[in-house]
Amino acid sequence: MSKEKFITLKSSAVPLPIENIDTDQIIPARFLKATTREGFGENLFRDWRYNSDDSPKDFVLNDSTYSGKILVGGKNFGCGSSREHAAWSIYDYGFRVVISSFFADIFKNNALNNALLPIQVSDDFLKKIFASIKKNPSTQIVVDLSQQKVTLEDGSSESFEINAYKKTCLINGYDDIDYLLSLRDEIKHFELTH
Amino acid sequence: MIQHRKTLFDKIWDAHVVKSSEGYPDALYIDRHFIHEVTSPQAFDGLRKRNVKVFNPTRTTATADHNVPTIDQHLPIKEALSRHQVETLRKNCKEFGVDLYDLGHPYQGIVHIIGPELGLTLPGMTIVCGDSHTSTHGAFGNISFGIGTSEVEQVLGTQCVLQYRPKTMLIEINGKLSKGVVAKDIILYVISKLSASGATGYFVEYAGEAIRNLSMEARMTICNMSIEMGARGGLIAPDETTFKYIKGRRFSPQGETFERLVEQWQQLKSDEGAQYDRVERFDGSDIAPMITYGTNPGMGIKVTDRIPTVNELKDISEQTSFTKSLDYMGLEQGSAILGKPVDYVFIGSCTNARIEDLRMVASIVKGKKKASNVEVWVVPGSKQVENQAREEGLDKIFEAAGFQLRQPGCSACLGMNEDKIPAGKYCISTSNRNFEGRQGPKSRTFLASPLSAAAAAITGKVTDVRELTDSF
Repeated sequence: MSKEKFITLKSSAVPLPIENIDTDQIIPARFLKATTREGFGENLFRDWRYNSDDSPKDFVLNDSTYSGKILVGGKNFGCGSSREHAAWSIYDYGFRVVISSFFADIFKNNALNNALLPIQVSDDFLKKIFASIKKNPSTQIVVDLSQQKVTLEDGSSESFEINAYKKTCLINGYDDIDYLLSLRDEIKHFELTH
Repeated sequence: MIQHRKTLFDKIWDAHVVKSSEGYPDALYIDRHFIHEVTSPQAFDGLRKRNVKVFNPTRTTATADHNVPTIDQHLPIKEALSRHQVETLRKNCKEFGVDLYDLGHPYQGIVHIIGPELGLTLPGMTIVCGDSHTSTHGAFGNISFGIGTSEVEQVLGTQCVLQYRPKTMLIEINGKLSKGVVAKDIILYVISKLSASGATGYFVEYAGEAIRNLSMEARMTICNMSIEMGARGGLIAPDETTFKYIKGRRFSPQGETFERLVEQWQQLKSDEGAQYDRVERFDGSDIAPMITYGTNPGMGIKVTDRIPTVNELKDISEQTSFTKSLDYMGLEQGSAILGKPVDYVFIGSCTNARIEDLRMVASIVKGKKKASNVEVWVVPGSKQVENQAREEGLDKIFEAAGFQLRQPGCSACLGMNEDKIPAGKYCISTSNRNFEGRQGPKSRTFLASPLSAAAAAITGKVTDVRELTDSF
């Protein structure tokens, strides 16, 4: 099943300058009961977004000043549980890129498996991004996957790492499982000889 | 030619690589795959859409744990969505030929508790599950790690996952542990030193005298929380303690096969002089009963210490998160945590719901009663643990103390089933995460050992267990 292809993106961004944003904040466990991948966006950051009576809280996703396809979070984004629902909810809400200065491993894998691009930038560049959004909430950030570069409106930019295989998958919309299924004979042979 | 000296992690990894190509992640063969109701339905759906069968159904084992109630398990699950998820697991296991230990089955329980107790978890294996606490199984000297649902689908469809090799870290803990200090304190201490992200990108090997002296169940508690410092997993080289634990279990290899395997397993250790990417050493005698005060597992202190102040933080950039965290917890910076009243005590989860954990609790509460201001839930990790507790008469001790011995499941560890801590309430919990809302919306969690949780149940407040008993 091919995923949406990712090449470049120009968008405003939503800032969330909080560290250690864990997957229980991204999507609380009580919303993991669906048996499909769709519809998780409405509960993204549920307990930061809504009071217990479902009235909206003072939170960046409820503030029309901020919008866009890029979510910018503090260091150690996505720590905690392995729930892929975290990546699904961010994607389903409409984000295509998450920028942080550090990602938890499993979240990063899950994001990459769902056409959601995690971009790790330096602490200084992250600060710069937060500052530029603060100055102008509609500032446009350009993400160029083929060049592996993030560029801000003032022209400053930083390159980011992504392994070549995952980059190819994102650009072409490939899944890991397509590759593994192509190895079935080798796997069968391995299983019989080990 | 000089033989390359390898770590245990590298030996097991290398033995499982089906294909390694330049620029690609390794295709890693998986010996054992555990699944549960929450992270598997979309994976089975994927197989159906691709018209792919399960590659090797004998290597996958399923149970229902996250969503299940822990009282009246014989009745249908009340909550419709939870019920649907468990029913979907049933349907999927039947359709794809996967063994399921369902509610009511004598082997049902938390996935990371039943694997080892059934002898499905063995040294030298690669083990995955759509759950980050899969690291638990590493206590037996294998590579175990949590995966996402897309990867669950990969394993179901191909018995492989695509993975980049993580870096290796040795965490060595030497010296003798003090009285009242148990495995949970060791791991909370290590995480407090390395932080909630300190081991991201690494696979940890735990070693040293203090680890060697631990039982298998205690080693599982240590490996379980590897993910709480960001590590992909943690393992401990197998030894006689390991082999003795495995022998005679339901699915353990038997007779001559077992003896032959033990000989092989004895070779499962890092070579002398093997290089790790990072080494951390701690002195076991410096560890005290630990407790967390904040909203990530790295925010832990000795129970007799004061909560740090903003000015004491090593990293200035953490000030905002630190303040937010203390606000959520309703705690003052610089104040003592000892004596803080608690409302709930939760003894359970894949970290601390094995028989030894329940025995530890019983040793503290025997002949005592819980404080009137607390509600105490003891949730065994599996049906087998529950039955064993009853056989040993622990249920009578708990009952006399006013504790509820419930039925097996993940329970109040994650606020997904009926067992939730109410908003604003404090819970001292033997589980693994103190994130905001983890145990229920606005709930507040103190992570601690079963001994410390039992002590708090008796006094109704955060207590230094060493003060409560002279039985050590």
